[in-house]
Amino acid sequence: MDQVRGLGHFALFTGQSLSAVLATRRLWTRVARAIYEQGFRCLPVILIVGTFTGLVLGLQGYYVLNRFGSEALLGVLVSLSLVREMAPVLAALMLVGQAGSALAAELGIQRNSEQIAALDTMGISSCGYLVTPRLLAALFVFPAQTALFVAVGLWGGSLSGSLLLGVDPGVYWASVQRAVESEDVRECLLKAVTFGLLTISICAYQGFHAHRIRGATGARAVSAATTKAVVLSSIAVLAADYVITSFLI
Amino acid sequence: MTTPLQTGSEIGGQGGNFLLEVDDLRKSFGPHAVLRGVSLAVPRGRLFTVLGPSGAGKSVLLKCLANIEEPDDGQISFDGRRLDFRDQASRDSFRRRCSFLFQGNALFDSLTAFRNVALPLEQTTSLGRGEIRGRAMEALEQLELGDYADHYPGTLSGGMQKRLALARAIVTQPEMVFFDEPTAGLDPLRRNAVFAMIAKYQTLFGFTALIVTHDIVEALVASDTVALLHQGEICFCGTPDEFASSAHPVVQSFRDSPAALRSTLDGLRRGADAPEPS
Repeated sequence: MDQVRGLGHFALFTGQSLSAVLATRRLWTRVARAIYEQGFRCLPVILIVGTFTGLVLGLQGYYVLNRFGSEALLGVLVSLSLVREMAPVLAALMLVGQAGSALAAELGIQRNSEQIAALDTMGISSCGYLVTPRLLAALFVFPAQTALFVAVGLWGGSLSGSLLLGVDPGVYWASVQRAVESEDVRECLLKAVTFGLLTISICAYQGFHAHRIRGATGARAVSAATTKAVVLSSIAVLAADYVITSFLI
Repeated sequence: MTTPLQTGSEIGGQGGNFLLEVDDLRKSFGPHAVLRGVSLAVPRGRLFTVLGPSGAGKSVLLKCLANIEEPDDGQISFDGRRLDFRDQASRDSFRRRCSFLFQGNALFDSLTAFRNVALPLEQTTSLGRGEIRGRAMEALEQLELGDYADHYPGTLSGGMQKRLALARAIVTQPEMVFFDEPTAGLDPLRRNAVFAMIAKYQTLFGFTALIVTHDIVEALVASDTVALLHQGEICFCGTPDEFASSAHPVVQSFRDSPAALRSTLDGLRRGADAPEPS
C-alpha cells in the first residue's frame, strides 16, 4: 500500500514540476545553469565510457564476426548496438551516477537546511524553482550526451577494428552508414528523453523528500536519499529500456 | 493538569487591532499531541514573543502559522480574514504579506548575498531588473551589508548571516515577520545584539514581529507582549511587566529557573563541604 501511495505521490510531484513551467519566472537562466551542471560536468565521463564501450564492442564484435568470415559487418554490429541499446542506457547510467546523485544530495541538503521551506514561505514554488529547470535541462542533455556517446563509441569501434585488427576503415564507416536508419535514431532519442525525465525526476523526488526517509535524519537521511535515488534510477532505466524496446522492435 | 489562560491588559487594550489571531490550534505527530488548543492574538505593529522551554511546541506553532506544517484543527485569521491554506489564493496572499526567518537562516549558499535578497523579488513580483537591484541593495544597506553584496553566505559571520536573512525577509516589505529561535546557539552578547537588531528594524519598518524563543531576559526587555507556551497550550499572555510579576505557577517556575538552579547548586556545594559522617 505504501508503494502505491509513493508512486502516486511521485507522479504528482513530477506533474507539479512540469506544470510549473508556465508559472516559474526567469526559468531559462536556471535551465541554462542546469544544462551546464548536467551536461558539461558529465562530458569527461561520457567521452571516456563511450570510447571504451566502442573499443570493447569493436574487439568482441571482430572475433565473433571473424568466426563466420563477416568482419566487414563490424560497423553494423557496433553502430546498431550503440544506437539502439548501449548508448542511451550507458549514457543515462553515467548521468545518474554523476548528475543525478549530485541533484539528490543537493536537494537533500537544501531540505535539511530549510532552504526548501524558505522558498515555500516566500511564496516561491520550490518545485518550480528547484526541479523544473533540471527536468527541462534533462530533455536536452540526455539526447545530446547519448548522441555524443554514439559518436565516440563509433570512433572507438573503428579504432579497435581498423587500427588494431586490420578492418578497412572505408568498409567500417560504409557499413555504419548503411546500417543506421532514421528509425534507429528515433528509438535512440526517445529512450534518451524518457530516461532523462525518469531519472532526473526520481533523483529530484528522493532528494526533495529526504526528510521522509524512515529511521534516518540529517546527513544520514541525505546519504540514504542519494543511494536510493541512484539505485531506483538505474533500475528504472533498465526497466524502461525493456518496455520501450518491446514496443518498438 | 492544565492551567487556565491568563491574559494581560495589554492585549485587551488593543481595541481588536490584531493582525494575527489564532484560535484553538491543534497539531499532533502520531500519538504525540504537540499543540493542544493554542489561542493567541498578535497586535498590529508590535513585537510579540512566545516563550517556552525546549520541546514545548514553539517551533511547531510557528511552522503551523507560516503554513510549513498543516495544523490538525483550529482557526488562523490574518488581518481579520480566516486563512484557508488549502486554497491557493488564500495561501499566496498570506505569503506575500508575511516573511519567515528560520532558526538556521536558510540562506542559499550557492547565491551571493545580493542574489539571496533579490530572490523573492525576482520570483514573486513583476518588477524590472533595475528596481529589483535598487530595492535589494537598499535592504542590504539598511542592514549594514552593502559592502558584502557579492559575498557568499558561507563567508559571512553568524551575525551578518542573521542580518542577511532579515534583509531577505524585509525586502518584500511584509506586514508580519515570524522569527524562529533567532538567538539559538548564540552567546549572551550576540543574543542581546540579535534582539536589539530585531527591535530596531521592527521599529524602523513597522512590521509586526512574532518571535519564538526560550531566552527570557532578552524577550522581556525587547517585547511588547509575551506569551508562555507550556505543554502545547498558552498558559500566560501579557506585558513583560505582568510576566515579571505573575503568580502563575508555570510562569514562576520558568521565570525563576536561574534562581532555582542557583539554589540547587548551593545545596550541592554545601553538601560537598559538610564533614563526612564518621
